[in-house]
Amino acid sequence: MRSGVMTPTALESLVLLLRDRGYRVVGPQVRDGTIVYDELASTAALPRGWRDVQAPGRAGLERRDDDALFGYAVGASGWKRELFPPRQRLWEAVSDGDASFHVVEAPEPDQPLAFLGVRPCELAAIGIQDRVFLHGLAEDRVYAGHRRGLLLVAVECHAPAATCFCTSIGTGPGLDVDADGVRAAGSAAHATTPAPAVPDLVLTELLDGEHRLLVRAATDEGDDLLAALEHREATTGDLAARAATLEAAQAAIDRHLEVDGLHDLLLGNLAHPRWDDVAARCLACTNCTLVCPTCFCSTTEDTTDLTGEHAYHERRWDSCFTLEFTHTGPASVRTSTRSRYRQWLTHKLATWVDQFDTTGCVGCGRCIAWCPVGIDLTEEVAAIRATDGREVTA
Amino acid sequence: MSRPKLAVWKFASCDGCQLSLLSAEDELLTLAAEVHIAHFLEATREVAPGPYDVSLVEGSITTPADVERIQRVREISTTLVTIGACATAGGIQALRNLADVEAYRALVYAHPEYVQTLARSSAIAEHVPVDLELRGCPVEVPQLIEVVSALLAGRKPLIPTHAVCVECKLRGNVCVMVADGTPCLGPVTQAGCGARCPAFARGCYGCFGPMETPNPSALTDRLHAMGVDDPTLVRLFRTFNVDAPAFRTEARRREAIDAGADGRTP
Repeated sequence: MRSGVMTPTALESLVLLLRDRGYRVVGPQVRDGTIVYDELASTAALPRGWRDVQAPGRAGLERRDDDALFGYAVGASGWKRELFPPRQRLWEAVSDGDASFHVVEAPEPDQPLAFLGVRPCELAAIGIQDRVFLHGLAEDRVYAGHRRGLLLVAVECHAPAATCFCTSIGTGPGLDVDADGVRAAGSAAHATTPAPAVPDLVLTELLDGEHRLLVRAATDEGDDLLAALEHREATTGDLAARAATLEAAQAAIDRHLEVDGLHDLLLGNLAHPRWDDVAARCLACTNCTLVCPTCFCSTTEDTTDLTGEHAYHERRWDSCFTLEFTHTGPASVRTSTRSRYRQWLTHKLATWVDQFDTTGCVGCGRCIAWCPVGIDLTEEVAAIRATDGREVTA
Repeated sequence: MSRPKLAVWKFASCDGCQLSLLSAEDELLTLAAEVHIAHFLEATREVAPGPYDVSLVEGSITTPADVERIQRVREISTTLVTIGACATAGGIQALRNLADVEAYRALVYAHPEYVQTLARSSAIAEHVPVDLELRGCPVEVPQLIEVVSALLAGRKPLIPTHAVCVECKLRGNVCVMVADGTPCLGPVTQAGCGARCPAFARGCYGCFGPMETPNPSALTDRLHAMGVDDPTLVRLFRTFNVDAPAFRTEARRREAIDAGADGRTP
């Protein structure tokens, strides 16, 4: 597989090449005071010279003192809105008169996707959603349609935010590429660490001296792309610069989620008073679940039009924080916010492992930053750990 | 099957919800074909006698005559749907519920004895059984059409009761509270508007009233910590849904905090 060093100009060639090959290129850009992922026509739209400043319940941007293109941590919402769209019509039924009707299936996506700027934690999130949507009991047609042919250009993280904790989960901040494949670099893997989705290209932005990008191909498709892009051999200086960049990123992450024994800790503390405490602060607004790059819940809605000649079957994102989510038979099962927050956290960090063999959290910190009242799951877990009630309740 | 008969009624209100029905331009002709619009004074003086299959009721109850009339509307309606903040929570005119109506009446009118009014503006459901409440100030056209479509099909209308936040995220809005520090009632307000205000970088002002499990005290505690003072927080909840219980209670709580009545520092 090829590797080398390219200039930011060559990155523009990559975007143009992908667009020429028919991809809808999606990448980071500044909008409404934050970083979002949306269709990218050119690298001119990348968030050049911006860093994101995140804290519990706060997310903003500030100017960097350099021209970094990837000098932020993660976008406001992940890539999931491309692969698992917020709303999707699954089919429409059209009356043919009398009692007969025919079904019109939703069209398949007509354009392959290319993501530019996927962080290591986000590759892990895509890996998790692949497990859920592609390798479960049945393949999800919508997800598979977008995922098939997806091209991934990953960028190692050199600017983690204060809400990041990928090093606790083992999902970042870097990526190692070798003959065995691709894995997270810069943190230790645990038994429950999710494997990253395999990227086609892995970039490392180097800001010491000349602004350049170390690039490594990880698939044949990535190798083919790199062959078409202007690049030079990487020097030992470039490799040392990457190592220093990763080390600095790793050192900048000080938020911690203790993973050791987490499954049994949470499931052994279902009656912990901390659940009442967090429920008093929680708005049950669903933001944490909808910004989470791994949360995959949806509901289906059936409607008809005024004429009664058309019926629509649509899927939309749902959340375990709504009442309707557990509406079974005559009523909702989880009526208290306590039960809903507890369901979310214990699923994300504990029963997810039973269900899918890995944790459901990748350490991206979105649920912390985008919670309007700044509830921090690492703090909630630490509070439960500090007053572990298993001995008392056992 | 003959077309169901639809009636539209007005109580104390601005007519905006009725106008929403009239502004359903793309669907209006289809609507008129599918239902018999039998009583809709905002649209036509031609009135067909009841009973009616569906009544849409706009406005709140503010006079002794209203109290009588809503009973009559209920009697002649198979299904009664209230439309808008006035009908479902008393509307902005429920600000009177916090004031001395007698003093106002004496101050405003030369002959207050001619003005028959109640001390409170109240929701329709306080007076008669209501089959469905549509929120909003005004109601949203798609929700009106959805309710009629559902009634025609004999199915449950799709009217979500979760927070506006869900609609923000579906739409791809960036959270104005987190990104800008803009006070936003979205987390405690029922969806239905498609998160219109946050889509234009404005905080939600709660015109759909409280969501299914509102926690307004958690929201105002946060807003207070962000620098929003108590009188502003009180005012946030005292608009179109001032008398909706969750908003009413929270405004009182902040007022008490502001007055130092709860022992906390204002």
